[in-house]
Amino acid sequence: MKLNDANRDVRPAVAFLLPNLLGFLVFTAGPVAVSLYLSFTSWDALSRPHWIGLANFTGLFGFHGTPQGWQANDPEFWQYLGNTLFMLLALPLNIAGSLVLALALNRKLRFTAAYRLVYFLPSILYGAAIFYLWKYMFEPNYGLFNALLARMDLPGPSWLQNPALAKPSLIFMTLWMKVGGLSMVVYLAALQGVSEELHEAARIDGANRWQQFWHVTWPALRPATFFIVTIELIYGLQSGFDTAYIMTDGGPYGSTTTLGYYVYLKAFRFFELGYASAIAWVIFFITLAVTLVNWRRGGSEGA
Amino acid sequence: MKPTLRTLLHLPLILFGLTMALPLGLMFTTALGSARMALQPGDSLWHIFIPRDWNWGNFAEVWTRVTFLRYYLNSLIVAFFTTTGQVLTSACAAYAFARLRWPGRDRLFLLYLATMMVPATTTLIPNFAVIRLIPAWLQAMCPFVDWMGLRYLGTGPDATAVGRFVGVDSYFALIVPGMFSAYGTFLLRQFLLSIPRELDEAARIDGATHWQIFSRIILPLAKPGLATLAIFTFMGAWSNLLWPLVVTNLEQLRVLPIGLQQFQQASGAQWQYVMAGSLLMLLPVLGIFLAGQRYFVSGMLVGAVKG
Repeated sequence: MKLNDANRDVRPAVAFLLPNLLGFLVFTAGPVAVSLYLSFTSWDALSRPHWIGLANFTGLFGFHGTPQGWQANDPEFWQYLGNTLFMLLALPLNIAGSLVLALALNRKLRFTAAYRLVYFLPSILYGAAIFYLWKYMFEPNYGLFNALLARMDLPGPSWLQNPALAKPSLIFMTLWMKVGGLSMVVYLAALQGVSEELHEAARIDGANRWQQFWHVTWPALRPATFFIVTIELIYGLQSGFDTAYIMTDGGPYGSTTTLGYYVYLKAFRFFELGYASAIAWVIFFITLAVTLVNWRRGGSEGA
Repeated sequence: MKPTLRTLLHLPLILFGLTMALPLGLMFTTALGSARMALQPGDSLWHIFIPRDWNWGNFAEVWTRVTFLRYYLNSLIVAFFTTTGQVLTSACAAYAFARLRWPGRDRLFLLYLATMMVPATTTLIPNFAVIRLIPAWLQAMCPFVDWMGLRYLGTGPDATAVGRFVGVDSYFALIVPGMFSAYGTFLLRQFLLSIPRELDEAARIDGATHWQIFSRIILPLAKPGLATLAIFTFMGAWSNLLWPLVVTNLEQLRVLPIGLQQFQQASGAQWQYVMAGSLLMLLPVLGIFLAGQRYFVSGMLVGAVKG
């Protein structure tokens, strides 16, 4: 038996890999290539896709002159891009909240396991059922929030039907799910690795609690923060479909339509699948760019 | 920290816990209630957590409305087979990536990793196209069967299997694309790499085949990894709304997340039934979470700590 031969296991490798590889090629790798092709076509799902070059992308990003000045070819795209970025405001709040919780739970109090369980629960249950629950809580006539406001003799707004309130309301719901979820768990694990000696040394040098946190704990948590930001950005930039579909239908006036929901609308309501593919690639490129920037920062300032 | 301060810290922690639990409490009390209001004028705030009424009949009512049972069954079928399939294919591929030597292995693995960054929305449209084209491909390859027209026998709401065999409106479309995942392969490869090589090298010298090593040594040792992937896959498949929406039109093939929407529209503002239905949807998730809590945490940290 030749143990060092690089080709030693070709036959069993093919057998073990084949089912997965076939699925990977048909449902993941192949579709990525096909999607890129489709983004340069016009396709209504019935006839054959036909090549239109960069027309989809100029349709998305381009401007045209009108008597009133320059107008975006697709003003909705810019609005939905803005919505998508606005929803990312949940991320810093989530990081701050999760970090505070992790620091508190790291103090080896009693009942820590119970607290962690309760804080973690919303992130597990997240899904259609929870969106109905929140739709109900935001409901102007029967919902919880307005019932509580009525107790204080305050008028209750229509949370999800008001263009100014719909996005903040959804962010609030997102925070309920995310604070105490993945980010808190990652921070809790990372806090185990922060060395006690460094804190001790800082204390002896006369650092107060805040200085200890800012100069010892926070830098030591940088890899954890980097991980959370990466995951949440990738997820956040493509999210928004479920909430839009179940809770708001993307409204009012498109104020809760994200790029993820726009892809669905274009592809499966208006059957412009080429245009929808182009939007999907825009999402991909934004994700890639943001992740690379984050990576650069995490890489150079970290280790 | 002084003992009194330590005790005082419990106060904000408990308050925050109550805030987090509040929506879930409301779901529970509304589901058991007889009214659509979250709070009746005379209620104290504790009624968010403690039901005013105990209308267990609401749950029975849910099963009789629309075809809730059908949706529930579909979701169970889809989540179960997606999970089984994904764990199996991922485990086999992970073995090939972690234990076998063959040319191009690391380059292919890099390709797997690269696709993990691609948003699901990017592959959504081509996947839809593939599902639509599969019957035609099969027709070309095997013209003796009428793939386009082939359907399961069941048509009524009580039939266990409905829809086509392949293509749009089939269990195939709901299940098979979810059976393969680059993430699952990555996760299990990381787990397999942490299993000592001496074990399977020894078995190889004793003449064991790869299949024997895989099934008798590696799989039992990789149980925590398999459990982690199974939990994540089940949760993902159970709550997936977008994909079933795209590939099914048939009433009898609807899964719970879509079904709940029909249900809400049918119930109008009768929120007690919507909450009862939502609660029933959460039960399997809650059960799996409580049973497999430790796997959750370990799985989430695979990317964070081990890199």
